[in-house]
Amino acid sequence: METTGKLIRKQSLEKLYNILATGRKIYAPVPNSDRQTEYKYNPAYSEISYEHIRSTLSVKNVVFPKVENLLFFSNSKTETIITDIDLHRIPEVVLWGTHPCDNAAVDVLRSIFCWDIKDEFFSARLEKLTVIGLSCHLSDEFCFCTSVGLKPDSTKGSDILLSRLENGDYRADILTPKGEEIVSLSPELFESLSGGKVLITEVKQKFSHQQVTANLAGAFEHPFWIENSLRCIGCGACAYLCPTCACFDIQDETKGKNGRRYRSWDSCGFGLFTLHTSGHNPRSVQSQRWRQRIMHKFSYMPERNESLGCVGCGRCSSGCPVDMNIAEQLQELQSI
Amino acid sequence: MNSMNARAKELLENKTVNIIIGYEEGPTGIARPAFITDPATTDNLIYDDRCVQNLAVYLTKQEVKSFGKMAIVAALPVMRSIMMLISEKQVVPENIIVLGISTDGKYLDMADMSVMQGYIEKSVLTNPEKYKAALADLNRLNAEERFVYWEKELSNCIKCYACRQACPMCYCIRCSTEVNQPQWIPVQANTHGNMEWHILRAMHLAGRCISCGECGRACPLGIPCHLLTMHLTDKVYDYFKVNAGTSENMNSVLSTFEPNDKESFII
Repeated sequence: METTGKLIRKQSLEKLYNILATGRKIYAPVPNSDRQTEYKYNPAYSEISYEHIRSTLSVKNVVFPKVENLLFFSNSKTETIITDIDLHRIPEVVLWGTHPCDNAAVDVLRSIFCWDIKDEFFSARLEKLTVIGLSCHLSDEFCFCTSVGLKPDSTKGSDILLSRLENGDYRADILTPKGEEIVSLSPELFESLSGGKVLITEVKQKFSHQQVTANLAGAFEHPFWIENSLRCIGCGACAYLCPTCACFDIQDETKGKNGRRYRSWDSCGFGLFTLHTSGHNPRSVQSQRWRQRIMHKFSYMPERNESLGCVGCGRCSSGCPVDMNIAEQLQELQSI
Repeated sequence: MNSMNARAKELLENKTVNIIIGYEEGPTGIARPAFITDPATTDNLIYDDRCVQNLAVYLTKQEVKSFGKMAIVAALPVMRSIMMLISEKQVVPENIIVLGISTDGKYLDMADMSVMQGYIEKSVLTNPEKYKAALADLNRLNAEERFVYWEKELSNCIKCYACRQACPMCYCIRCSTEVNQPQWIPVQANTHGNMEWHILRAMHLAGRCISCGECGRACPLGIPCHLLTMHLTDKVYDYFKVNAGTSENMNSVLSTFEPNDKESFII
């Protein structure tokens, strides 16, 4: 994609933030303890973290909230009155300083939520989203974006992508009309760029995802799944930290005559996920659930959604209580 | 740890057990659970300060159980969990061989459960030292302040149930959270429902929790949910002078009535 590289000085970035924060919701990363970074709406500029590798939770809840109301209902003796959610009230949100893996993940979610029927809740939130991404100048042993077709400065999903220059200023690549719109709010902050080294971390490629996908086609019954999932304890941490996991549950909650229908995050790692009313469970043991997790992301999605279900952010592995290291397993799956 | 590795090798070679549950080093340097069935690979077993996970959680896991007789690397919290699981009739002692680890990290040969019981009895059974300051801080707050503290912490909960899954004592095939007639716990992760879940979890573990801290360690959001169960461990000891996981025949404190039980908590 052709981009327009501009220079935005360190001080100008703060000015831009403050201009955007007037009347808009900005979701930006903030450190909350020594080891965790969380996203907050409209934090003070001085609180924002530019030095973390990955936030604990991804930003997927902006387009796919952990709990989202779908409708309200009230019952009387003769009828049920249903009130729809007014999607026009969904606010505009700017993602600030989100890393390329997380920005690309929004597009993966789109490939799921808009696969056949366009999910109106997701689409309404996506429409209101503007992404000011930030290339990664830091990475760790859990990162593997380069193994899933991305890189630490991928522009996919960003409207503007910032990259840090050696002197602390930023290069801003203006990528979309939404990005242009941001620039037009204060064009003087975007100066012309005359060189300067961009700081981008190096993430070594660990496996070929094409090879993994090819091998998975014949691996359903392979002993690999049992051998490599004995230590999985079957929690939902990987799915809930994952920026592309999109499974949800739908529930009705009532209080007296009134109630609401909502959807909330769910995980294929739970035994309950596939339990039938009859008592039969087609994925009755954890190895079958672990297989489903990898198959879905690296076999079914490439075939059905034409996108991988993984952006290599490493959260599933860094957050796993039992070190189910997905990159290590995918590396092994290359040669089964 | 050569003696642990040698014993593991011997147990697999002479087919006394079919699988060893221990720790190995993963590719990023994290010590993680290892399941060893081949005597040639027992050298992969490690034991050092990184080996913190409570491995007893695997004793009730269907796919691990299907291996039949097993040996398990067990420091004190794992030993106490095994005792608790035996007393709750979840594991058969004859099926398990314990590769004991002392508090200072030395291998302990444990011929049978009575040797393990002897070791537990002479060990320190209170909440581990490293959690005491946090527990004392919470105890200094009044009820209202404590509520505010937990409300803030638990608002971060995403209901991934890592706390439940990591706990050796949370072995129910159907958890209360999975029952919807009635719906005891809301499915969604909102502050109110999260609090209901964590309070329910703590109450179900009162008198059964052996204070390994695994629930808090497993939480990806860093919620100190282990302080809830550890607080109840202190309370149970205050009221009933009972430490969980100390014998093969324990009666669960909260589901047993004794005529001489204190009733001072009844208003």
